[in-house]
Amino acid sequence: MSGGKPTVEQPASFVFTPENLARAARIIAKYPPGRQASAVLPLLDLAQRQHDNWLPRAAMDHVAGLLDMAPIRVYEVATFYTMFNLAPVGKWFLQVCTTTPCWLRGSDAVMAACERKLGIKGRQDASFLHSADGKFTVREVECLGACANAPVIQVNDDFYEDLDGPLTEKLIDALAADKPPPKGSMRGRQGAMPEGGRTSLAPAGGGED
Amino acid sequence: MLQDKDRIFTNLYGDGDWGLKGAMARGDWDGTKDILAKGRDWIIKEIQDSGLRGRGGAGFPTGMKWSFMPKKSDGRPHYLVVNADESEPGTCKDREILRHDPHKLVEGCLIAGFAMGANAAYIYVRGEFYNEASHLELAVQQAYEAKLLGDDACGSGWKFDVYVHRGAGAYICGEETALIESLEGKKGQPRLKPPFPAGVGLYGCPTTVNNVESIAVAPTIIRRGAAWFAGIGRPKNSGTKLFCISGHVNKPCTVEEAMSIPLKELLEKHCGGVRGGWDNLLAVIPGGSSVPALPKSICDTVLMDFDALREVRSGLGTAAVIVMDKSTDIVKAIARLSRFYMHESCGQCTPCREGTGWLYRVMQRMVKGEADLAEIDMLEGVTRQIEGHTICALGDAAAWPVQGLIRHFRPEMEQRIREYKAAASSRAAAE
Repeated sequence: MSGGKPTVEQPASFVFTPENLARAARIIAKYPPGRQASAVLPLLDLAQRQHDNWLPRAAMDHVAGLLDMAPIRVYEVATFYTMFNLAPVGKWFLQVCTTTPCWLRGSDAVMAACERKLGIKGRQDASFLHSADGKFTVREVECLGACANAPVIQVNDDFYEDLDGPLTEKLIDALAADKPPPKGSMRGRQGAMPEGGRTSLAPAGGGED
Repeated sequence: MLQDKDRIFTNLYGDGDWGLKGAMARGDWDGTKDILAKGRDWIIKEIQDSGLRGRGGAGFPTGMKWSFMPKKSDGRPHYLVVNADESEPGTCKDREILRHDPHKLVEGCLIAGFAMGANAAYIYVRGEFYNEASHLELAVQQAYEAKLLGDDACGSGWKFDVYVHRGAGAYICGEETALIESLEGKKGQPRLKPPFPAGVGLYGCPTTVNNVESIAVAPTIIRRGAAWFAGIGRPKNSGTKLFCISGHVNKPCTVEEAMSIPLKELLEKHCGGVRGGWDNLLAVIPGGSSVPALPKSICDTVLMDFDALREVRSGLGTAAVIVMDKSTDIVKAIARLSRFYMHESCGQCTPCREGTGWLYRVMQRMVKGEADLAEIDMLEGVTRQIEGHTICALGDAAAWPVQGLIRHFRPEMEQRIREYKAAASSRAAAE
């Protein structure tokens, strides 16, 4: 299920900007003629990006019109996939992974740091939690696919990895100051290499690792 | 064990340039035209001889899968679809290919697509991998600009297009027919098989769906020869493999190793061992959340390949190794997986839609011990009602972790129930 409830106050209309309309045309051209419905996920994503990271019903209708789809087919899609936000989210949208690999590495402490720092509570599976100033939205999500760098938070499009409680607080402080740190490991690890040094792929190349 | 010279993913950690220039320096796109000139049948034979088995979890022989595509088109186009919807808990290997070595995948698409008579490939990347998909998009653009893709790909005379398609958050879209539905612009709900995608797949056309890693290793296998790949690992389990190790090891990582490496060696050599030492090991989930956990006694000696893990009633899956030390509440760890499957069930089949929620609710009670001993058998029984009774394997995947828990950690569950009962009766006595 996608996030948020579609019962929030909805804008009266939505249309793509001319730039996004051109992007939409390029996306639709990826699929064979008559198969334009294939573009529904990327177009809904584009609409959400244009609309402060949430997807109002008018945008679904607009996409349905562009793709010659029945609106209900677009609503079905928009409510099936978790990445479509059907209600407003803050400028910084934190998706905290708590699935087993992240949990084993301390996602409870990460979530607790979010709750403490942002004064949010009442955590429920996949519900949106907003900070008092509305600048942050936190949501608990399922596996983000960066398990060797667990625990992980996705902030808007970027992953922040190798977190713990204090590093999560540091991340939130930086976001509050609108100075997001470089994405990736918060401990300075290179990719998914073992911390403290490689065990394979020696820089010189060749040889037993 | 595996030497650097036998590693395929030489930019796994992003040491070098992931773009075309860096990729060519690492040997990608070298003589691709000559490979295509050897013909479809030769390529498929080479992949079959290499013993490559699908890297997405099921381990089906890749070359055989390619051979199922019709030899001649009946007028319908053929499609290659690459499954980059990496979402199985524990799994983070395709991510490294997409962001650090995307040209291996793009070149693999051309070779595999050509071998199955396809002129187009769609790569379905999980939506959360925004940055990874961006690298892949740019790699595809670079390949077009260098005329490696397009109307005359690599000068071979074969027209080939590659399109990157981002998903939008749904684990179920990693199931191949759900992925096809999603790619067609629908909810990701699996289709009944037959018909199989090789007959009726994307847009009703012959389609093969392969995992990222299966496609990305193909060019190197062909360049170095089937015998080279087949010579690594045990028979029928050949080749190198990306392992992603998470959980309670000192240094979690993703690493390319030889198939059939002993689990203990994998963890000690690359991950700094189990936190607190090998004797502090409780259990390992060896192949992503869908396969049953193994207790330490099996982990001591088990090899990491398809057949060895099947013999101990688990599986290699995606080779995502989730390690749990003795501090782990194993019941809670598995209960969290039950919640995952409840969340990700597409809702199409009743045993899965209702069963996954039921499993999670009972598992929550098992975590506290708030249950009767007889309910352990009932729980096991219900997993058998889900397993095998659904259109796709998500039902099985929800059942197996719970079955593994009961098989190997039943005394732990029973003890918890007894303790809860004892605490409850002493509370009652005090009142």
